[in-house]
Amino acid sequence: MTQSFRLENVGLINKDKKLSFKFNGKTYYGYEGDTLASALIANGVHLVGRSFKYHRPRGFFGAGVDEPYAVVQLYRNGETEPNIKATEQELFEGLEATSVNCWPSVNFDIGAINNFFRIFLHAGFYYKTFMWPKSFWYKVYEPFIRKAAGFGVVSTKHDKERYEHKYEYCDLLIVGSGPSGLASAYAAAKNGARVILAEDKPRFGGTLLTSEVNIGNQSGKEWAEGIIAELKEMPNVTVKNRSQVFGYYDHNMLVMSERISDHLPKTKKFHPKQRLWYIRAKEVLISSGSIERPIVFGNNDTPGVILSSAAKEYLKVYGVLVGRNPLIFTNNDSGYETAIEFKKNGVDPIILDTRKDPQSEIVDEAKNLGINIKFSYVVVAAQGYKKVKSADVAKISDDKEQLGAVENIKCDCICVSGFWTPTIHLASQSGNKTKFNEDIDAFVSGTSKQNETTLGAANGTYTLDETLKSSFETGHELSKKITNNDNKISFPNVVEKKSTTHDKFWCVPLPEGKNYKRFLDFQNDVAVSDVEIALKEGYRSIEHVKRYTTLGMATDQGKTSNLNGLQLVSSIENKIVPAVGHTTFRPPYTPVSIGAIVGREVGKHSKPTRKSPMHSWHEKNNAVFVDAGVWLRPRYYKQGNENLFEGSKREAKNVRTNVGVCDVTTLGKIDIKGPDAAELLNRVYTNAWLKLPVGKARYGVMLREDGIVMDDGTTTRISENHYHMTTTTAQAANVLSHLEYYLQLVWPELNVNVVSTTEQWAGAAIAGPKSRDLLQKLFPNSDVLNEGLPFMGYMEGDLFGVKARIFRISFSGELAYEVNVESDNGNFMWEKIMEIGEEFKVQPYGTEALSTLRIEMGHVAGSELDGRTIPYDNSLEGLLSKKKDFIGKRSLNREAFIAEDRQKVVGVVPLDKKTSIPEGSHLVKDSNAPLPNPKLGYISASCWSVEHDNPFSLAILKDGKNMIGEKLFAMSPLKNKVIPVEIISSHYVDPKGERVRS
Amino acid sequence: MLHIKCPHCGIRSQNEFSYGGDATVKRPELNKEISDQDWNNFVYNRKSLRGKHLELWQHLSGCRQWIKVERDTATHEIFNTLKANEDIS
Repeated sequence: MTQSFRLENVGLINKDKKLSFKFNGKTYYGYEGDTLASALIANGVHLVGRSFKYHRPRGFFGAGVDEPYAVVQLYRNGETEPNIKATEQELFEGLEATSVNCWPSVNFDIGAINNFFRIFLHAGFYYKTFMWPKSFWYKVYEPFIRKAAGFGVVSTKHDKERYEHKYEYCDLLIVGSGPSGLASAYAAAKNGARVILAEDKPRFGGTLLTSEVNIGNQSGKEWAEGIIAELKEMPNVTVKNRSQVFGYYDHNMLVMSERISDHLPKTKKFHPKQRLWYIRAKEVLISSGSIERPIVFGNNDTPGVILSSAAKEYLKVYGVLVGRNPLIFTNNDSGYETAIEFKKNGVDPIILDTRKDPQSEIVDEAKNLGINIKFSYVVVAAQGYKKVKSADVAKISDDKEQLGAVENIKCDCICVSGFWTPTIHLASQSGNKTKFNEDIDAFVSGTSKQNETTLGAANGTYTLDETLKSSFETGHELSKKITNNDNKISFPNVVEKKSTTHDKFWCVPLPEGKNYKRFLDFQNDVAVSDVEIALKEGYRSIEHVKRYTTLGMATDQGKTSNLNGLQLVSSIENKIVPAVGHTTFRPPYTPVSIGAIVGREVGKHSKPTRKSPMHSWHEKNNAVFVDAGVWLRPRYYKQGNENLFEGSKREAKNVRTNVGVCDVTTLGKIDIKGPDAAELLNRVYTNAWLKLPVGKARYGVMLREDGIVMDDGTTTRISENHYHMTTTTAQAANVLSHLEYYLQLVWPELNVNVVSTTEQWAGAAIAGPKSRDLLQKLFPNSDVLNEGLPFMGYMEGDLFGVKARIFRISFSGELAYEVNVESDNGNFMWEKIMEIGEEFKVQPYGTEALSTLRIEMGHVAGSELDGRTIPYDNSLEGLLSKKKDFIGKRSLNREAFIAEDRQKVVGVVPLDKKTSIPEGSHLVKDSNAPLPNPKLGYISASCWSVEHDNPFSLAILKDGKNMIGEKLFAMSPLKNKVIPVEIISSHYVDPKGERVRS
Repeated sequence: MLHIKCPHCGIRSQNEFSYGGDATVKRPELNKEISDQDWNNFVYNRKSLRGKHLELWQHLSGCRQWIKVERDTATHEIFNTLKANEDIS
């Protein structure tokens, strides 16, 4: 197909490089430097999508970030991405894109039937209609709405692209590289400031690329190119194109998304696709320009109705005509600039100006060129369904209330200009109290909260001379404050055509007997009538009107619709616009890909993976690993075709009969030193610690101030003023912060130091009746018999030349020891244990067997110490000292904590001794009671008891102490199970604790 | 994201710190009689101030020191940062 709307010798694109691409399956050609939008328009394609609610045909409305219509599904290098603006997507060889929100095709869309039923689809329609009957929501309404609505589909494949994050600091961040951005960046850079200049488009220069101006005897474009070339050479300046600063956060931190590879057919090797910049700037200059405002008229969403500035950009930057028969509808001089460009390229436009008799250089130029201008004229309605074919126009009275006779003018596009809206999004995000500027009928930045300044068109300044002057000056002043340099730049001579004031006209009245849809929000299909309904129904706050009508809530965030919405509310409410106020601007300014936000924190990089020094041994011996906090721990060591259940059972059984060894490196370890260390422990733990002798370990429980159990573990007195504390794997970091809190803030008089040594020690638990035999062979020179190393004893030993710490502590309920060596020697220790232990039938055991052993012993752990239980609940009340105070003690006499029927940990066995009870099951008295069935307790942990060879669970049960022997039901609606159970003691194995002392 | 000046390390980004609540709350002395009301005030009751607030932060990924930060809860302006043993003059 030929590019029949492409002009010869016009535009900034590279016509030497032709690119082929596909849209909705059809092949087209464009050039390097095109956007998908400009290439499609060059091929005469204007129908790109269907609207959100009514599925009306939609074309192109803008030429950049403000585009509300042309959102497409992009296919690139085997991947697909939704929500891509065709006006921003640069063309590359082989690009493929499809329309969204239409089925079966963009040309014939079944959903367009909504257009004929639109009377039902007014504001609040969803709220009112789909609420009843309730049961219809999941099966009928939601699936229907999901099929009918939405902008594209998300790929369910793993994204192979790489996204990066970067942190940067600068003196001045300048957002936008139009005239004000370039001038301020140049002045600041020359003054020695560290400058970052960010431009969201591929080309620098902003409006200088399309306007007919002269700066220092150069065209605007040449001047911009010169400045950019010079800035790029300066070491103190970073210049970035394709980079959108989308968020302004606290303390002058801004976030920018840089699209590095989106314009290429595929990402280069070792390059990221996108990079997210976190920029801390001392000063921020917002030079983000203005967005042209539409004028509201009938059927103003028809493809071919386009912003006049966009038409000019397509022509001047891309050499593309949006039409050969253009109608320009304007209330200010900007429309004339577009008309003049058309005329210069051999196309005859017609201008409809709402003003009666404007006088300015630009208007005169248009008159001199012989352009047909109709003053006091408006477009009443666009005609044509999939493309503008003509326009109904009429003369309008001076008071703008009365329309004259409606005439029809043939045209193939309508270029609208309703004056300009400054882009105040970033300023508003920063906390700036914006103010309404009557002259331009729009909000501009007002009182700053942070160090930001808005310049140029973004500040409502629309003459180049003034913009450059103030931008040079501001760049100079702000950089001077930071660098103390005072290098002034000579101000260039500026030639520009003078324009006159705009007409504050924004909405064409409906002609009698006509009921055209007049759209305010083009992406969300919000029409004038919708806002009228919302106001009739009593919505007053602009925030409520926004949410009820969805005005400005689409992915374009209302860039072209917000202000006209405000105008409408204010005119109906008879209030001035500033009294209505604008809705809050929130980041992001434009959609940002989730990949960029996540950055490198995906998959294995989403959190650090900590491995014990024995990890490679576990791998070699068929360990199946499980995530335990940030650690990878062996869950069980697979033998043959064993599954988890079989493997863990074998391992646990071996501990009960022979000896097992478990990697316990992951336990939190804190080294505590200082003369007041005992006193600290005495305050932190609930039991007494002042009299613990050197060489002894003690089990302790620590509470939060509210009496809830925080953690448990053993602490060993290594020497007079030196203790070794262990915590659970999960709570290690919190316990350290907890201790630091009390030492630094509450009891600074205590002379104690704490430091984490979790990673400094490798640990192996050796458990089972034959563990002492094994230990004797590991430490032949040490007395590890009952006298030398009694239960809860500690000694240092020599493990074949390696210094080791030996603790006689038990988590399994068996005779057990824990050996610690410095991490580097962990593997050596482990291999020695396995080698020497062979004669005692030693087997490694993983976390699953570890759990089984502790559950059937009735040892509480994380699933009982879950941040909701007190010592009594866990049968730990024996550890509460009556003689001393400790953290959380005062809370323990709260009414609920001392209630007679307080919950307590119990053991649970199924009556059939066969059915495993799912964790989380509720314990109830009557399995057939009507819902909600009163819950007496819940199953906290379940295992298969290897001692009794039947299922066994722990539960936290109301009045647990008096429930032993009761028959209840364990119910798991999720697993659809009802299991009759008996409540027994939580100590299912060795209730007297003889084995650990044997 | 806030920029917090750690009195020990200098200006650092908020993500190095963790929040620790109201810095003006004093833990009752150990072994001292205290009414239920006073204890509840210490454990549970906090004012949710709009405006200047003296609060605790811990420089978790830095020097691990608990510090005091005087911050406006509405505007996030930080007026002052202090070491644990310092008080606002």
